[in-house]
Amino acid sequence: MAADDAKRPPLGPFPRPGGAAERLRRPMLSLVAERLLEAAIRLSGFSAVLFVAAIFFFIFREAAPVLFSREFSLTEFLFSTRWYPTSESNVRYGTLALTLGTLSVTGIAIALAVPFGLGAAIFISEFCGPRLRETLKIVIELLAAIPSVVWGFIGLTVMNRVIIALTGAPVGVNLLNGGVILALMSVPIIVSIGEDALKAVPDSYREAALALGANRWQTVRRVLVPAARNGLLAAVLLGVGRAVGETMAVLMATGHAVRVPHSLLDSVRTLTANIAAELGEAPAGSDHYRVLFLTGTLLFLITFVVNLGADLAIRSVRRR
Amino acid sequence: MSAPVVPAVPTVPARFARTPHVARRERTEQIAKWVFFAMSVSMILPLIAIVAYLLYRAAPSLSLEFLLDVPRKGMREGGIWSAFVGTLYLVWISLAVAAPIGVLAAIYLHEYARDNWVNRLIHLAVINLAGVPSIVHALFGLGAFVYAARFGYSVLSAALTLAIMTLPVIIASTREALASVPKEFRQACWNVGATRWQTIRRVVLPNSISGILTGIILQVSRAAGETAPIMFTGAVFFKAVQRGELFPYGLNDQCMALSMHLYTVSTQVPNVKESIPYATAVVLLGSVLMVNATAIALRVWLRNRKRW
Repeated sequence: MAADDAKRPPLGPFPRPGGAAERLRRPMLSLVAERLLEAAIRLSGFSAVLFVAAIFFFIFREAAPVLFSREFSLTEFLFSTRWYPTSESNVRYGTLALTLGTLSVTGIAIALAVPFGLGAAIFISEFCGPRLRETLKIVIELLAAIPSVVWGFIGLTVMNRVIIALTGAPVGVNLLNGGVILALMSVPIIVSIGEDALKAVPDSYREAALALGANRWQTVRRVLVPAARNGLLAAVLLGVGRAVGETMAVLMATGHAVRVPHSLLDSVRTLTANIAAELGEAPAGSDHYRVLFLTGTLLFLITFVVNLGADLAIRSVRRR
Repeated sequence: MSAPVVPAVPTVPARFARTPHVARRERTEQIAKWVFFAMSVSMILPLIAIVAYLLYRAAPSLSLEFLLDVPRKGMREGGIWSAFVGTLYLVWISLAVAAPIGVLAAIYLHEYARDNWVNRLIHLAVINLAGVPSIVHALFGLGAFVYAARFGYSVLSAALTLAIMTLPVIIASTREALASVPKEFRQACWNVGATRWQTIRRVVLPNSISGILTGIILQVSRAAGETAPIMFTGAVFFKAVQRGELFPYGLNDQCMALSMHLYTVSTQVPNVKESIPYATAVVLLGSVLMVNATAIALRVWLRNRKRW
């Protein structure tokens, strides 16, 4: 205790024993507690990095044995459409059909969600009054809160019937169904990030455009959208990230066929849904199990790149 | 007094009359406005219709009895108590883990961190943690907690997986709450000689506590709705529980969960009584939306009360 006290710098310029400075000294216990708390704060700060590293480590650890085994070929894993994980004689682990499933569902979702999402973002940020704006933002926040399994259930019951009634297809859980559900799920993200991006454009831009005689639509089209380009791109990328990573909703809404989709009404399976559907049946430590972890690693890397891109886009907005 | 050169009154309206050009400009503005309005509404109206439809189909089963009763006859009849309690377990345990770490991490990021590469790395990690697909979190939970840490398929594994998954929610909203405390408050406190931690404890936290609470509430809603991360780490299709029992699970038991139960009764069990999956969906959706509405109400109340 004494040694510790000696190390501390004196409080005030002229410390006198028993003087005012002496009385201001804090009790030992509170100093130690403060040190400990600050250590905990630093540790928690780094924990996010630790967790991301741990996620990659533990997934890759389970996947590594099969990745480096001799009979496994990475080109077949990435570019073959034959996925026969439980076949007796001809086991094949080709994920191209699943990757195409993910790409097609995401593509449809984004094609639907981007115009509506950005349109709503523009409306909320530029065209509507404060009261309506608050209401819409709250509704969109609630929309974002709906759990994915409930979206999946809506796809399985409501959308299923709607699609059968509209197209006459025998089964309504398919590519189109999954795409619409995913679009509804990624719209809230696109709206909120897009609105942030538009709000970040300085008001002087709007004033300058209005002073030149532009109306609000011309201001949006010629000034705001070009100025907020990067932020809007980030909004779209985060929407893509959400759609690629979504599991339960696509598991329930897209049907279960592992094949390359040829039309909107084909049922497909995505990379995420495939893991969810097969992990329960794959015995721990088997090749099948390890290949599913390898798929997980692939998904981790894809979303990492997408999120990094979105972050770089947002960062360049802030710098300006 | 000379006669006025320009007769002012008649020409002013003439000068500001709607030329065809101005009229066209106003028309495009109106069109744009209504198109964007339609786009906003077209996301919301179907949703209201869907929720109304779910309520209508769920109506025959919805009652207090449905909530308090356990699933019977292979989940084809009865209620959802076992699943509801399981979700409460998972939410509370994951909250107990994620809330302290998340709040402290946000304090570090906002109050201690300088703008250097280490903190950009942390920032990137938080963003990435938020973007990792839920099924990848499930794989991580399986590899790390179930096998490597030997917790087995249990409430503990599932709750820890949920905690890591929902951490970014708490970090992001706590950071926002801390950022809303003006810088001058901190500077004033430092100037009277307080240390960083004393400033945080006496000035920053009291002024941002409600915002932090909002973030914690949002974490609860997120954790309650997730299915994929708990599917392979501790949630099971069925577990026998007494009707209305409050503490049916131990930390090392497997448990049922509401989200998982919805998946089970809607896809895995044949011949379920028609209204049961709908009622389960309504209870899950209702609880999540109610929790979120609380968070929103808290935020609005807070903003109206703000004095600076």
